[in-house]
Amino acid sequence: MAQGTRTATERMTDGAGPGENRSGAADGSEPAASRGLGGFTREELHALLADMLLYRRFEEKAEEAYAIGKIGGFCHLHIGQEGLAAGSIKPLRDDDLVITAYREHTQAIAKGISPGAAMAELYGRVDGCSGGRGGSMHLFDTTVGFWGGHGIVGGQIPLGAGLAWAIKYRGGDQICLCFMGDAAVNQGAFLEALNMSAIWHLPVIYVVENNGYGMGTAFSRVSATEMEARSGAYGIPANTVNGQDVVETYRFFEELAEQVRAGAGPQFVNAVTYRFRGHSMSDPVSGTYRSKEEVDSHVEAQDPIKILRDRLMDAGLLTQEELEALDAEARALSDEAADFADASPLPDPSTLYDHVYAEINQHGRLFLDGREHGSGDTRGDGRGASGGAAGGTHG
Amino acid sequence: MAELTYREALNAAMCQEMDRDDSVFLMGEEVAEYDGAYKVSRGMLERYGDRRVVDSPISELGFTGLCVGAAMAGLRPICEFMTFNFSILALDQVINSAAKMLYMTNGQVPVPIVFRGPTGAALQLSAQHSQACETYYVHAPGVKLVTPATPADAKGLLAAAIRDDDPVAVMEGELLYNVRGEVPDGEYVIPLGVADRKRSGDDVSIVTHGKMVHVALQAATALAREEIEADVLDLRSIRPLDVDAILESVARTNRVVYLEEGWPFAGVGAQIVSLIQDEAFDDLDAPVVRVTQADVPMPYAKNLEQLAKPGVKAVVDACKRVLYL
Repeated sequence: MAQGTRTATERMTDGAGPGENRSGAADGSEPAASRGLGGFTREELHALLADMLLYRRFEEKAEEAYAIGKIGGFCHLHIGQEGLAAGSIKPLRDDDLVITAYREHTQAIAKGISPGAAMAELYGRVDGCSGGRGGSMHLFDTTVGFWGGHGIVGGQIPLGAGLAWAIKYRGGDQICLCFMGDAAVNQGAFLEALNMSAIWHLPVIYVVENNGYGMGTAFSRVSATEMEARSGAYGIPANTVNGQDVVETYRFFEELAEQVRAGAGPQFVNAVTYRFRGHSMSDPVSGTYRSKEEVDSHVEAQDPIKILRDRLMDAGLLTQEELEALDAEARALSDEAADFADASPLPDPSTLYDHVYAEINQHGRLFLDGREHGSGDTRGDGRGASGGAAGGTHG
Repeated sequence: MAELTYREALNAAMCQEMDRDDSVFLMGEEVAEYDGAYKVSRGMLERYGDRRVVDSPISELGFTGLCVGAAMAGLRPICEFMTFNFSILALDQVINSAAKMLYMTNGQVPVPIVFRGPTGAALQLSAQHSQACETYYVHAPGVKLVTPATPADAKGLLAAAIRDDDPVAVMEGELLYNVRGEVPDGEYVIPLGVADRKRSGDDVSIVTHGKMVHVALQAATALAREEIEADVLDLRSIRPLDVDAILESVARTNRVVYLEEGWPFAGVGAQIVSLIQDEAFDDLDAPVVRVTQADVPMPYAKNLEQLAKPGVKAVVDACKRVLYL
């Protein structure tokens, strides 16, 4: 454990910090059954398995749709990292906030965006959660507390600090969960946001989804320190969690979220995981920056779905029939999502200029491209649909 | 009416808006305990406390992003830059986050934020502290930009910017902070998108914005001695742009000079010239001439700096050129 981690953990005031709690799971005083499965009921465990199966099948469906041209642009799949999506987001309250980067489909679903609305967004359709304007990298639904979906590496980190700032400013008791990939910790935005979060004691948990590679560059090649050391300079407690173990991850975030809610201040989590697909759809799974053997060994031994499945079966908490039923349900939901997306219309061309501005000022022109600007009050010249020189089409 | 300095007028606008809306807060370097690097926020920490008047670390990208995030959540931050030159560090959050957020969320997430501070040159601050930054901001759809030139405009436009539901950059001028002028008492708001004729004349239009308004007025005074009456149109708001006011002035004088502090390439004036030739070509008796900073980084040496800046003589000469004098 890095020195910064130890120092940070010592700062935790109320007994064992989450980092220690994790190692405490091996404490022989706990009953074996509850220790192994985190004290969850059979139904809760089945629900976690169902969530992860849905994420897996949804992403496989997206992969399929991308291959036949239904989805365009960049598309970053979360396959292999489902345990972290379920384990970190499911313990949150509905009114807690999640903000993240662009590998976010399953996180969006975990926070409450329907698979149909997510898939329709990938398809660029009007029923997408961002109306087809965002695409794969910009899924949003603030009514369920999902604040995107951001495409510039590290850009969402100060935004997450700002969401947490707003919570504190209003005296609320929500928390903000701010995800990033491992490569984002090398951005200045990360360092600046961590410092400010510590100064102002913001209710935010920074979660690094550490899959070992920023695109094709191994983290070890571009970092002078271990991941856990990255927050120590700001006095922010660092913890490592095994993101492939959804039970451990859930219990860890459940406790950490309540600590932050109670005023523990900002936290940093190194969530170790592994990406089973390429960086994006155009990136090979293996062969360039990582070997086939490396990927295969992770798929074999570190699949969060297999890990939970095997533990449930070993404990007699899941039958083959139940597993098949859960998986069939996940496949059906993903198929439905794709059908819903396919049936959803493209956005109306007349809406091209909608939502560039929230407020079309009464005076002056906002759009200088010399084009017609759709209908209604969105044309940006403040004169409504009948304005003679609207949008520069005069003469 | 009271006579205030430009900085006092900005202060009055922020206090006016903070009194009426608890969601407005001020964040930036030296804004609280130091009373502002240019004393614009003098007394505000004492009046509103450190919840609402907040000293940031020197982390432009970070505190700008934090303010944008707070605005996404519905607060109304006033994000002060000690100079817009430093905001170049923060442009990712201005352009990629603030400007695009509403659009890529399909209208779910407005960003009601104000970015404010001085832009452009002062006196011998050299290359990295003298840049006019309007183009960076006004280039991106989603951002609005105002450039008050007088104390009254400073109060009214800043108040309007704070109330606006979109990101609004308010670009001030270090050399403007001590300018004095009459400022309306009580609640005062100037709608965005309304240009202001600072001087009337029918011979030539000098269209400009920000602190160049004062250079334009001096040039107009010099031209008047030669019996040339210049119309000085202060755009005040670059986006939204008061196209009607520009076209009206062009139709009356048929001759236009655009004066700006920044560089020529893709500058504000380039857009204005394009607009005029698109929409008022037949009104022109001469090609529009632009007066800008020389196309060089700002030099330190006093004589070179004077050469680089757009000055009264250059404006007078440009006006004579469009008048074929």
